[in-house]
Amino acid sequence: MAKELLEGNAAIAEAAIRAGVEAFFGYPITPQTEVLEHFSKRMPEEGRVFLQAESEVASINMVYGAACTGARVMTSSSSPGVSLMQEGISYIACSEVPVVLTNIMRGGPGLGNVQPAQGDYFQAVKSAGHGDYHMIVLAPANVQEAIDYVVLAFDLAEKYRTVVMIVADGSIGQMMEPAELPPMRPVRPPEERPSWALTGAKGREHNIVTSLYLGAENMEEINLRLQAKLKEIAANEVRWKEYYTEDADVLLVAFGTVGRICQTVVREARAKGIKAGLLRPITLWPFPSARIAELAGQVRGILTVEMNAGQMVDDVRLAVECVCPVRFYGRMGGIVPLPDDILPELEALIAEVSQG
Amino acid sequence: MSTVEIPADMELIYERPKSLTQADTHYCPGCTHGTIHRLVAEVLDELGIREKTIGVAPVGCSVLAYYYFDVDMAEAAHGRAPAMATGLKRVSPDKVVFTYQGDGDLASIGIAEIVYAANRGEMFTTIFVNNAIYGMTGGQMAPTTLPGQVTTSSPTGRDVEMAGFPMRIAELIGGLPGSAYVTRQAVLDVPGIRRTKKAIKLAFQAQLAGLGFSLVEVLSTCNTNWHMGPVEALEWAKEHMVAYFPLGDTKMTDGVKALKGGK
Repeated sequence: MAKELLEGNAAIAEAAIRAGVEAFFGYPITPQTEVLEHFSKRMPEEGRVFLQAESEVASINMVYGAACTGARVMTSSSSPGVSLMQEGISYIACSEVPVVLTNIMRGGPGLGNVQPAQGDYFQAVKSAGHGDYHMIVLAPANVQEAIDYVVLAFDLAEKYRTVVMIVADGSIGQMMEPAELPPMRPVRPPEERPSWALTGAKGREHNIVTSLYLGAENMEEINLRLQAKLKEIAANEVRWKEYYTEDADVLLVAFGTVGRICQTVVREARAKGIKAGLLRPITLWPFPSARIAELAGQVRGILTVEMNAGQMVDDVRLAVECVCPVRFYGRMGGIVPLPDDILPELEALIAEVSQG
Repeated sequence: MSTVEIPADMELIYERPKSLTQADTHYCPGCTHGTIHRLVAEVLDELGIREKTIGVAPVGCSVLAYYYFDVDMAEAAHGRAPAMATGLKRVSPDKVVFTYQGDGDLASIGIAEIVYAANRGEMFTTIFVNNAIYGMTGGQMAPTTLPGQVTTSSPTGRDVEMAGFPMRIAELIGGLPGSAYVTRQAVLDVPGIRRTKKAIKLAFQAQLAGLGFSLVEVLSTCNTNWHMGPVEALEWAKEHMVAYFPLGDTKMTDGVKALKGGK
């Protein structure tokens, strides 16, 4: 398929449709409303389910119900709406039904604003809902990646019977750029629903989808199973991208929108004779800790850049284990840092490590 | 449960419905959940829909209903059963979907979900068990607790000046244009149990006929948290609950009337 000029949010929705999503339940919230609007137009055309829920609380539970049947389902929201979904996400994670959702993050806390931000890193990676679990979290940096990771998200969600969240922001969601959509996959026929799914107890024992395990031993057993699955995901599904890291002696680590901006920073630094490289995590969970640890042995220092007060930098520091200095630069409230803001921070890091 | 051989000269006239499992329930002695479970199961059997039914259990005393109904079941978050049922039914329109919810679950924390599901005319059935108290958490004030009724969180009796008034759910849902069949029944005596079963059957038949959303509110008891004997609790409910929550249909569309008339 040829490249087209596509808006990020509409591309996310269309990619899901082409990946065979059978139902979308959502609620309007800026800056992701175009996801919902695209589904509202296209799902009826395809004879599939679109429903605007009364709240994000309802939409995540509609998704939960639909996912119990083994159907491919999705919801989408932005920061405050995703906060409302936390309860449902926890139930879904424990029940082990596959669900895909997006968080087109905006400035916070509170009602915040609708500008691009990455303040929900902790929520997505460390504290989605209550209890011990992680979602797989994918962070695209452009419209093409948003499309590709939506398709990947459904495959991962079903492979591991887990929740996969795509985190982006309004600059990716509302930007138009050339990108290629995947070919249309057929919707899986109902008779191919998985054996655990709620399809009616015809000629078999009744299936139960629950997250309630009253006995402590039972609940620990479920937790151990979830943890074993997370270990398997961590072993198999870590994804990241690198730029100019082969000979780098200073490393930038950044994801999403600011990860893309850091590619420009690397080029500008190289033009100045600085051997800079970039590692851009694609999976925020599982985090590319091993590769960052490896690079920490190669470079003199690491600068983590985020559109928040410093969240992913904790994971970078845990990976680096003090092998080299890790510094942070971030902007908040919807300010997108420019290469001219970041480059001096990189130069300051080089000055610091050169003194030592 | 062991199998009993029926003597050749005797006819089997009463047995466990196929739609109930053989699990022992956790319900207190005297609780009416068992009666209501049985009525739902008998209806599923009689309509021959056990194998295509998907139920959604609530949070509350009937949280473990999925062990007792021998149909595919999901367990919802507190109050969210109607949202889950919406998702289930929308992607499985050929299945029969029901929620089984108590008063805290449906009338308090889940009021938005039930109102919107009903108003969208979702094609599922809700069994709403109203016993005027939070049973599982140990007897706190519910949205349906009667004025003056003593609970562990209204120790001097429900003060409507402070806590507001009990919610009349059948009237609320029946007043929505999206609902097709809404009724309030009671399992407080044998005639009431028979009427409740008829109502539950009509609710499922309305769903099967694609007529829209149906809800059966069932006045029930909680002798444990009311601190009464089972019989005393039935009498108390007849005297006090029925006075505040009048029995009867609050919504019956022409389609449902025709369906009922055709029986």
